Amino acid sequence: MTALTPPATVTADGVIVIDHLTKRFGPVLAVDDLSFTVRPGRVTGFLGPNGAGKTTTLRILLGLVRATAGTATIGGSTYAHFTQPMRTVGAALEAASFHPGRTALDHLRVYAPQAGVSDARCREVLDFVGLGPVANRRAGGFSLGMRQRLALATTLLGDPQVLLLDEPANGLDPEGIAWLRGLLRHLAAEGRTVLVSSHVLSEVEQTVDDVVIIARGALVHSSSLAALAALAEPSVRIASPDAAGLTRLIELAGWADRLEPAASTRPGVAVLHRVTAAEIGARAFAAGLELHELTPRDVGLEDTFLRLVGEGAIPGVAEPRLEGVVR
Amino acid sequence: MTAALRTEYRKLVTTRLWWILLASMAAYMAFLAGIMAFALTQDPGSMTGGAPGVEAAPMTPESVARTIYTLATSLGYVFPVIVGALAMTSEFRHQTITPTLLAEPRRTVFLAAKMLSSVVVGLLFGIVGTVSTVGAGAGVLALMGEPTYLSDPIVVRSAWLSVVALTVWTVVGVGFGTLLTNQVAVIVVVLAFTQFVEPILRIAGGQFDWSEGMSKYLPGAAGEAITGSSFYADSGMAAGLLTSWQGFAVLLGYAVLFAVVGRVTTLRRDIT
Repeated sequence: MTALTPPATVTADGVIVIDHLTKRFGPVLAVDDLSFTVRPGRVTGFLGPNGAGKTTTLRILLGLVRATAGTATIGGSTYAHFTQPMRTVGAALEAASFHPGRTALDHLRVYAPQAGVSDARCREVLDFVGLGPVANRRAGGFSLGMRQRLALATTLLGDPQVLLLDEPANGLDPEGIAWLRGLLRHLAAEGRTVLVSSHVLSEVEQTVDDVVIIARGALVHSSSLAALAALAEPSVRIASPDAAGLTRLIELAGWADRLEPAASTRPGVAVLHRVTAAEIGARAFAAGLELHELTPRDVGLEDTFLRLVGEGAIPGVAEPRLEGVVR
Repeated sequence: MTAALRTEYRKLVTTRLWWILLASMAAYMAFLAGIMAFALTQDPGSMTGGAPGVEAAPMTPESVARTIYTLATSLGYVFPVIVGALAMTSEFRHQTITPTLLAEPRRTVFLAAKMLSSVVVGLLFGIVGTVSTVGAGAGVLALMGEPTYLSDPIVVRSAWLSVVALTVWTVVGVGFGTLLTNQVAVIVVVLAFTQFVEPILRIAGGQFDWSEGMSKYLPGAAGEAITGSSFYADSGMAAGLLTSWQGFAVLLGYAVLFAVVGRVTTLRRDIT
């Protein structure tokens, strides 16, 4: 971690504020009255399905796209007002922003004057992301994982207080992902603001402290990861040779509305939500019902995430159809 | 602005394209100058010999030498234009416009730095293009036993001004690339305009009084005017020229016009 020195002043400078942000591309509402805050010293996951408006939000924050309404600021000012933005904000929006004929080192040297750094620093960050041995190779021949590392090196060039990374784990091998995870945790521990976007929660689950979840351009959830986990609904799968007895038990206990309909199609098998295995076990024992299965199912964060982004689907936006395509 | 200039200069010199084009220009201009020197000394009217209705203007040996030495401005300016234009279009083609504007969000500063930094590369193209033209041209003239006029101050001045003209052409290229960012479209339009449309407009324009004045203001004519010598005018195919300063102002005017229009269109848009 020698390539990075902690920022001189760890203050509220690194706070990202998205305030009632709206962006319309013609008839398409890409960002819809979105508001959230990202704090320094933590890794924040910016999550949502493809097309949810994550990249558009980041591009507005970075002054590349003009907002229709609302503001997006970093440390209280808009991106256009930074005199040496690369020293404050390091952003990687896509892994392909390289001239294929330029070497990795030259790619960094191009931006070095604007980041106010020397060629030595360029070599330093290349070594840091593991691209030292290929510093003089042209970026056109790089794999996706190497491009991700070069993009990351570019963001680190100016030793910025704020890091904004769009899908940084894309194309990295498991070793690379573990390394990235450690790096992001380290950067946040130094007091930097780290915002990482992804369309899969499981990809960033082990890295992030906070989550901001958007769908269809609007905020659906913003909290710490722990608070998100608390939203998870436990469920229990039960099976009994006495199907009628099982149905009776569920009705008597008043759990009919907690049945998962799709999973309870076979007689004698049921999946119940918001009930613990202990409660069901006690009821069955008292009723003398023979049970062959009583399995608590651990609901992953991913399920909670999918439930959140799936809520309130827009009428007219069709679910993906398989019939007719897959035969 | 200094940082932006250094960044833009580094962008230009860290890819291979510029020296491939530079080498092509040197070879092409040496070839043209050699052929032209041979043809003009054999028969000064041979340039227009095939064009019916065009009166062959009598050329003095001095104007023959000047015409040959400034051929880079008359026929080779497409190289610096392409280099300038590609400096901008490649930003869009390879999406480097995103990191570029992240490093310098002030888009006018970015555009100004791109244009100013292209002057350095433009000078290089101007010098190499002119030197190869003069070298090959003078070599063939000397071989043919003709005077080379390399010590004639007017001829030498024209050659130096050819360097200036080619430099301004590079800046015009950057402006044009800002206006039209599709790389393939830019190459097609630049080649079609410089090699086909403008020569025809100038030759056709020179035939009528009402269009003669206008054709002087075409970019190619303005570029030639900077050197004070014109392949098209001297050969009697097209109308006369503006003065050096007027030509300089008109050609630079094209660069600024393209850049301003590009700034309020291309560079005002969302970068997605």
